[in-house]
Amino acid sequence: MAVKTLTIDGRLVSAMEGQTVLEAAQEAGIHIPTLCHLDGVSDLGACRMCLVELGNSPKLQPACVLKVAEGMEVRTNSDRLRKYRKMIVELLLSERNHVCSVCVSNGHCELQDMAVELGVDHSRFDYIYPVERVDITHQRFGVDHNRCILCGRCVRVCDEVEGAHTWDMAGRGAKSFVITDMNQPWGDSTSCTSCGKCVQACPTGAIFQKGATVGEMQKDRTRLEFIVTAREKKQWIG
Amino acid sequence: MSFSAIDSALPSSVMGGDSRYKLLETAIKRHQSQSDALIEVLHAAQEIFGYLDTDLLVHISKNLKLPLSKVYGVATFYHFFSVSPRGAHTCVICMGTACYTKGARKLSAAAEKISGLKVGETASDGSLSLMTARCIGACGIAPAIVMDGKVVGGQSEEMVTEQLKGWIEDGF
Ligand code: SF4
Ligand code: SF4
Ligand code: FES
Ligand code: FES
Repeated sequence: MAVKTLTIDGRLVSAMEGQTVLEAAQEAGIHIPTLCHLDGVSDLGACRMCLVELGNSPKLQPACVLKVAEGMEVRTNSDRLRKYRKMIVELLLSERNHVCSVCVSNGHCELQDMAVELGVDHSRFDYIYPVERVDITHQRFGVDHNRCILCGRCVRVCDEVEGAHTWDMAGRGAKSFVITDMNQPWGDSTSCTSCGKCVQACPTGAIFQKGATVGEMQKDRTRLEFIVTAREKKQWIG
Repeated sequence: MSFSAIDSALPSSVMGGDSRYKLLETAIKRHQSQSDALIEVLHAAQEIFGYLDTDLLVHISKNLKLPLSKVYGVATFYHFFSVSPRGAHTCVICMGTACYTKGARKLSAAAEKISGLKVGETASDGSLSLMTARCIGACGIAPAIVMDGKVVGGQSEEMVTEQLKGWIEDGF
């Protein structure tokens, strides 16, 4: 496969044709913030956290789905991008009820980490305070829609890695929400194998292990990497 | 909502020879049970049944060999599909850009006022559903609404109120 040479933040980087700008940046040790990206599953550009600037184009592009091209000039960290990223996190925080102090994932949450990284200390948007469901009908796991950011990682990991496709996204726009099977209680789902991959994939405290109390829910992504590497490369490491 | 039917391949109404399921069968066969025909099949089901209940969606996902959640997700994404029963009368107010700028908000407020419903709701006696849609392709006659499936344009608050009042006073 052909090698492409591009510049990221002024640095010359080479990548394989077909790789994404995010992959190329990660390999070169350049950090681009992400939320809906999860190693080992497909990308869909849902969260817009990874937006980058390209050459002279006024249009921003999501690095996780943008394929590398010869001579591409990518900027990952301009004032404009930092401003937008901050705004995205504030919008996510105001959309549902992210009360970190009583969340099972407090201290181990990717959304919280992102807010810290970007210096978000409050949201300039009005909080919506929607009334959201908490489903603890599954024997081992629970889902708290108050903490869901609709990143779709649970949907993709369950479909692409476990193969059960228990989760999907229902509704549209601001009214979207994740569902198990026919929007039925998770505990009644006939497709769920209780493998726990969605628990590990979820970036926030939305999907959790039952029994975890405030701050106790630490996700272990190495479990997913282990399975994905075994599946794809037939190598069992970790 | 009951989920008892989820394990059984066919809802009991199929066993009973419900002719609507036969019609649906024909639609599914026409698409050779191809999973990428989901939208077409949902379309047919919506027309035949008027709304898509859980049993029906389970039946469709089994026939097209699709995940349950995917079928439910698609059925709730498109405005055309409804997963709960619609009222005997339906009033759909277009909230597309053209209609919006021509006062669709006022129309929906008027409809809510006379019916006592909020948009998206169906009266508890099943007599009337109030809904909104994205552009319904009638921008030329904006603001447009759909009354019982019929597109009418150039609407005013008075006209909407009048029409709904007619339905309400008719005792539906
Ligand atoms: S536990 Fe496994 S099978 Fe069940 S919903 Fe989560 S990822 Fe899917
Ligand atoms: S439940 Fe978690 S993984 Fe699934 S969409 Fe919500 S935040 Fe993302
Ligand atoms: S990580 Fe690229 S859009 Fe979410
Ligand atoms: S915006 Fe209402 S018909 Fe197009």
